[in-house]
Amino acid sequence: MIVYLARRLLALAGVLLAIAAVTFLIFYVLPADPAAAACGKTCSAERLADVRVHLGLDQPLWRQFADFLTGIFTGRTLGTGQYAVTCDFPCLGYSYESSLPVWDLLMDRLPVSASLALGAAVLWLILGLGAGVTAALRKDTATDKALMVGAVAAASLPVYFTSVMLIHGVIRIAGLLPYPTYQAFTDNPLGWASNLLLPWTALALLYAAMYARQSRGSMIEAMAEPYIRTARAKGMPERTVVVKHGLRSGMTPILTIFGIDLGGLLAGAVITESIFGLPGIGRLFYGALVNSDQPVVLGVTLLAAFFIVVANLVVDLLYAVIDPRVRY
Amino acid sequence: MAAPLLEVRDLRVTFTTPRGTVRAVDSVGFTVESGRTLGIVGESGSGKSVTSLAVMGLHRGAVEVGGSVALAGQELTGLTERELGKVRGRRMAMIFQDPLSSLHPYYTVGEQIAEHFRVHFRSGRAAARRRAVDMLGEVGIPEPARRAGEYPHQFSGGMRQRAMIAMALACEPELLIADEPTTALDVTVQAQILELIARLQQERGLGVVMITHDLGVVARVAHEVLVMYGGRAVEQAPVDALFADPAHPYTRGLLDSLPRLDTADDEPLPFIPGSPPSLLLPAPGCAFAPRCPRAAERCTGERPEPAAYGDGTGRTVACHFAGVRAVEEAAR
Amino acid sequence: MTTTAPAPDTAAAGPAPAPGSSPWQLARRELRRRPAVRVSLGIVALFVLMAVTAPWLGALGGWSPHEFDKSAVDPYLGGQPIGALGGISPEHWLGVEPVTGRDLFARVVHGAQVSLLIAFAATAIVVVAGTAAGIAAGYFGGRTDTVLSRLMDLTMSFPSLIFMIALLSVAKDVNRLVLMTVVIGVFGWPGIARVVRGQTLSLKHREYVDAARVGGAGPWRILTREILPGVAGPVIAYTTLLIPGMISTEAALSYLGVGVRPPTPSWGQMIAESVAHYETDPMYFVIPSAFLFLAVLAFTLLGDALRDILDPRGGRS
Repeated sequence: MIVYLARRLLALAGVLLAIAAVTFLIFYVLPADPAAAACGKTCSAERLADVRVHLGLDQPLWRQFADFLTGIFTGRTLGTGQYAVTCDFPCLGYSYESSLPVWDLLMDRLPVSASLALGAAVLWLILGLGAGVTAALRKDTATDKALMVGAVAAASLPVYFTSVMLIHGVIRIAGLLPYPTYQAFTDNPLGWASNLLLPWTALALLYAAMYARQSRGSMIEAMAEPYIRTARAKGMPERTVVVKHGLRSGMTPILTIFGIDLGGLLAGAVITESIFGLPGIGRLFYGALVNSDQPVVLGVTLLAAFFIVVANLVVDLLYAVIDPRVRY
Repeated sequence: MAAPLLEVRDLRVTFTTPRGTVRAVDSVGFTVESGRTLGIVGESGSGKSVTSLAVMGLHRGAVEVGGSVALAGQELTGLTERELGKVRGRRMAMIFQDPLSSLHPYYTVGEQIAEHFRVHFRSGRAAARRRAVDMLGEVGIPEPARRAGEYPHQFSGGMRQRAMIAMALACEPELLIADEPTTALDVTVQAQILELIARLQQERGLGVVMITHDLGVVARVAHEVLVMYGGRAVEQAPVDALFADPAHPYTRGLLDSLPRLDTADDEPLPFIPGSPPSLLLPAPGCAFAPRCPRAAERCTGERPEPAAYGDGTGRTVACHFAGVRAVEEAAR
Repeated sequence: MTTTAPAPDTAAAGPAPAPGSSPWQLARRELRRRPAVRVSLGIVALFVLMAVTAPWLGALGGWSPHEFDKSAVDPYLGGQPIGALGGISPEHWLGVEPVTGRDLFARVVHGAQVSLLIAFAATAIVVVAGTAAGIAAGYFGGRTDTVLSRLMDLTMSFPSLIFMIALLSVAKDVNRLVLMTVVIGVFGWPGIARVVRGQTLSLKHREYVDAARVGGAGPWRILTREILPGVAGPVIAYTTLLIPGMISTEAALSYLGVGVRPPTPSWGQMIAESVAHYETDPMYFVIPSAFLFLAVLAFTLLGDALRDILDPRGGRS
């Protein structure tokens, strides 16, 4: 177990390193000149050269990457002399746009994206798994068909369409909710929930549809296992058979996709956040793209990758808890 | 006279498939007494497993079960799922062919036995757990207290089937249905499992239904035998009478295709030509007719019904020529 | 699992199996039985036809997708289309774009071409790369398998949408269609590669493959004659289910403004532009959304049906 964990953590570090390298290469080498982007529109040639030195862009590429990595783990000093700026651990550089540390920007926005992702996840798990399991237990009935037609239709609706319709229907026409403005949970839990309700719904609808389709399939498979027949042969009530013996194995495959989905969403739902004007990481990312704010783009990408690999690791460890046949 | 432990009459099981309806079991009837073993023999697709699942009320989906199943006089068909739940697992229990996939991989063996006990008896967790350990010990699993905490995949094949038997008998049922319990096991382990079932039957006066395609198993454990073909009972007789004098051509074919020690090594083993019938498109006559060496015109047009054979053993045979053959042999 | 490769005994039997019994014929018969399949197949065919004949079909309406028609919009009402339902008229079948007056029918039809072209091309990349990688990993095993499997894990760990957006926004002077196709394709292959790898592993030691090997067939022959037909079923089902995802991804990227560049029309981009107008001109928002929805829905339904038939166990691994 310890050995396995150590190996996985090492692999995790390797994956992150590879992703960092690829991202770094693409975002620092491909665009015309990061220094020009950092310096702004009215920039003299002299100032540009200064900026270049300050950002370390005069160094060879591998050196820049090594400095960048060192910064993440120990912090670093950008520039020299009177322009020197210390960038504390974990240093992802400074935004060209706002001159704030990227790490601070990310941590500032993370609660918004995490609120959106976790709330939506709760909603889509309830809706999606509920619909999927119901359909599986009533396989080939009208209920099953209606649920699955609904699911395939909902899965085909783009999230920006659903979002616009929700804003239009619930906010503009019915006037039930104000236009979302994010409120921190710690300040006002009720305001937090009511402002996030629509974004949650928009996001959850799409995922719930996909989860309904997935969980129906795996639940049907689980309920066809011989051990379900054994449980019935014991005279257990069907409810217990389904809940204790069916669900546990039927829901296990869902865990894998849930890990990937939640990991991917924690680092920002770009479209949903943009449409609902939520100041999350997704919108930060989108703004950074428009302004060619390379350090922020790189920071968001790395954070997203981090969440995905960590989610994968957590899922694999959970498998060992759920399934006694899995041993590390 | 008291009602027999298990009495099945005119059992019919019909599946609805996208390609039509399938009558998997048709007009099957038998009885099992306490302390006795009925062997049900047939090839795959003969309806023997479908029959046993119907007795237990375990069919789900597009299936229709007709006829009568009575346990010690209590009619089971037509009971609600809730009422049947009180009988199933409590008064009759079942073990299956593949103990690995028939046990839940995520729960310990002890938990699964204890769980069964708790369904039918109001007992605490600790008492149910003690019961599980006792049962594991009774079926010959060494160190039962430790093994109860292990998962099915940590058991060997034979041990798993022992655990299945322990689970089935945890609630002291009167009837045990064993569906090919030894098919997935090594020959030596097979013998041990059969011995175990026989011992438990003697100790508890269990009625046993042993479903198998293996005539060797039948010869070993059964008192009565029911031979099934194409979803119907073709012959039913006490085991000695059946082996001594198979009356139905299909039974005869089955016995002839067993390897014997008293024939020459170079003699080819006889077999029954052809393949089992399609239940989707049943022929109007005898299902065995296309493969039967004795088949006549009458066999393809008119279905033979089970009739008393008249040898004084209570045997019934479903063959137009069964009686004729007895007469022929008597005359010889 | 049904496979297209014949079992040894039927192969030895000589004549081809009776008509109507091969898996493909079974699949076709099964497909015809389902009404949902016929409807979705019809819609898919319609979209493909629309995409292929876009230049001519678009011309049928009498407008090019880039042509401004100032007479169809009201300059005093902020460029609102003249007439009900977003200016639907014999002149403009699906109405016009606000402000510019460009013909929506022409734009939606050309948008179909762009969307399906990218979706099909990206799917092709994914299927070819994924199948090749999956077969190689499954068949050769050992180091090949280790390297390819690691690569799959790595690709799957990339935050793909964020990465795609970033990549597309950075790249400047290249053909957008080709770039989008490649970028979408690059992140799609591991899924199918895993399915194919699993399938190959199970086929590799089947008796008929061993028989071919004993019979002196080389690895190339075994791969193309024995393994490839065996993985074809799941691959086709998986491919059909990939297409709606590709269409959605293309639309999302274009919606975010990093996809196809104007004036080339694309559904996602049209929806993005229409959001600003949805209260005054809802049809402008509804029409491209409806096309996108229908295309994704039809391909999903078709893919579901194909998966049920060709790969009953769902190709999960």
